[in-house]
Amino acid sequence: MTDPRAPAPRTLFEKIWEAHEILRHPSGQSLLYIDRDLIHEGSFHAFADLRRRGLHPRRPLQIFGIADHYVPTLGRSAEDAASPAIARMIRTFDDNMGWGGLRHFGLGSRDQGIVHVVAPEQGITLPGLTIVCSDSHTSTQGALGALAFGIGQSENAHVLATQTLWQARPRTMRVNVEGVLGTGVTAKDVMLALIARIGAGGAGGHAIEFAGRAVRDMSIEARLTLCNMSIEAAARLGMVAPDETTFRYVAGRHYGPSAKEWDMALAQWQALPSDPGAVFDREVTLEAAAIAPMVTWGTSPDDAVPITGRVPDPAQFAGTEKRNAAARALDYMALVPGTPLEGLAIDRVFIGSCTNSRIEDLREVAAIVAGRKAAVPTIVVPGSTRVREQAEAEGLARIFREAGFEWRHSGCSMCAAMNGDLVAPGERCASTSNRNFVGRQGPGARTHLLSPAMAAAAAVTGRLTDVRRLAEGAA
Amino acid sequence: MKAFTRETSTVVFVPGMNCDTDQIIPARFIKADRAEGYDKFLFHDIRRDAAGALDPDFPLNRPGADKARILLVEDNFGCGSSREGAVYALVDAGIRALIAPVFGDIFFNNALKNGLVPVRLPRPLCEALAAHLADHPRAEVTVDLAAGQVVLPGALGSHPLVLDAFARDCILRGLDEIELTLTHMDEIRAFEAARIAANPWLGR
Ligand code: SF4
Repeated sequence: MTDPRAPAPRTLFEKIWEAHEILRHPSGQSLLYIDRDLIHEGSFHAFADLRRRGLHPRRPLQIFGIADHYVPTLGRSAEDAASPAIARMIRTFDDNMGWGGLRHFGLGSRDQGIVHVVAPEQGITLPGLTIVCSDSHTSTQGALGALAFGIGQSENAHVLATQTLWQARPRTMRVNVEGVLGTGVTAKDVMLALIARIGAGGAGGHAIEFAGRAVRDMSIEARLTLCNMSIEAAARLGMVAPDETTFRYVAGRHYGPSAKEWDMALAQWQALPSDPGAVFDREVTLEAAAIAPMVTWGTSPDDAVPITGRVPDPAQFAGTEKRNAAARALDYMALVPGTPLEGLAIDRVFIGSCTNSRIEDLREVAAIVAGRKAAVPTIVVPGSTRVREQAEAEGLARIFREAGFEWRHSGCSMCAAMNGDLVAPGERCASTSNRNFVGRQGPGARTHLLSPAMAAAAAVTGRLTDVRRLAEGAA
Repeated sequence: MKAFTRETSTVVFVPGMNCDTDQIIPARFIKADRAEGYDKFLFHDIRRDAAGALDPDFPLNRPGADKARILLVEDNFGCGSSREGAVYALVDAGIRALIAPVFGDIFFNNALKNGLVPVRLPRPLCEALAAHLADHPRAEVTVDLAAGQVVLPGALGSHPLVLDAFARDCILRGLDEIELTLTHMDEIRAFEAARIAANPWLGR
């Protein structure tokens, strides 16, 4: 029996949105309060805009600068940058942070790393917050139950100047991952399977909440991977309701509540999960047990199939648009319809990016690689300097070095190839990153997206390989 | 931001589903100062062949294409990276409106902040427009933001231009959002004080 006076059940998304709505314009958009804004080197346009207007960052303590996109991974100073233009980006970032009086984790800092890895690690990301960054993968941070989304530079300037943002409210979508994932199947595979099913535009205009047993069972690291790739399905953001796993992860982190404030924080956070009976505009359900390790064959993240699958024939797609896109993708990827994905020879492997560069990812890689040797050039780029230190302390770095992998310093590196870490034209790269776009990893680069365990299997065999086979062999 | 009320122009169809912002402007160019002009970076790699020469078959490289102020594009145009440079490149090349069934979300917002009007039309209509343009490359389209409609050529008719009322108002007036928001500072400060009191860790 429902009490007619009881408030209508609300979703996690709605609760956080409404708690940040300062006012609603008569024409419909909301002015949202932004709790934290993250800045990286690409934000220089926003700073130029502020300077032009004679404005300053209004709430310096709620703004954090983290250098990641352009930083060298072979050394730790601007002098190590691949070109003078890249070095200038790093210096401009430092200058802007100094000018704005902003806390920042530059190249020399122990707290440096990829913004979406560092923010959760430092307790900058917390349940119930609104978090923006001028980077599309800000969606990653929704894994802790925050409303986190990417913005452009005009919006960033607006946040810096006012600590608010005008936003139209997205629709809601719940993705239920029911049951238990098989061995060798990870959050990355769940996302590639989801995007293959609903399409790269499939969640357009929606805020996704991930739910279901498989999601509840996931570590925070895995949930970060899940939410990270929401944007590859065109969602505005992704999120997971905070639970005991979240609270354990958040406790004691530097920029979060102190021990004395913990109960006050917890009371707010425990009220966040979607109420029973809350209605979503769309629901999608995946059976965890049916998901296999996935790999992409084309130039859009929805071009993904199980590793046991084959390169599709463009003729099998519905609609000219999709058929033409598939044909162009195969041409770019130099693949022939019907070719089995497993066994496809690759030229190099990249393990890193905000999708898969956290400690747990590196442990999964090490578990496959231990006692084996790299068959192709492989670089491992930890997601943060702290992750790098931890991987060294745990002996993972030694396993990578012994296998002949290059063990780098933290940054975005070959994910976006902005810092000079490139895949050469025509080379085929197995990559744990999130985008297989034409030219993403360098002009002419051919990217196959996969999980860290699958990347490790590819690295030691030189071919796309079903990691379940290697894991069995090792057992 | 330059105000936009109405634009009538020929239209160039740039095909490509999920045309991401890396295609609109490759990452290596987004280091450039805006004052330099971003038009030279527009579709930089995909409009050239492997040797770096302009591909005469790329729609925007065809004679007269540079006069068009409106582009017809495909599903999920502007997906991917949030780089606003993609919008700068289009705006600096003189593009004032885009037509597609669906746009990438962040790109869509970035376009609005720069006075570039993203027009969403139903997919069958976009396909019909592409077919019409193939036969009538000089056909014109009118994007009338003030009247809230898009006038297509031939028998394709007029259709409502649906845009969030707030964004529409800002673009029609060429309004600066930061200035608008600064008029609400009292409400923002009051809200903020309560928020920080409940979450004191935010303020240190
Ligand atoms: S790792 Fe890649 S996707 Fe993530 S923030 Fe860096 S460039 Fe963007």
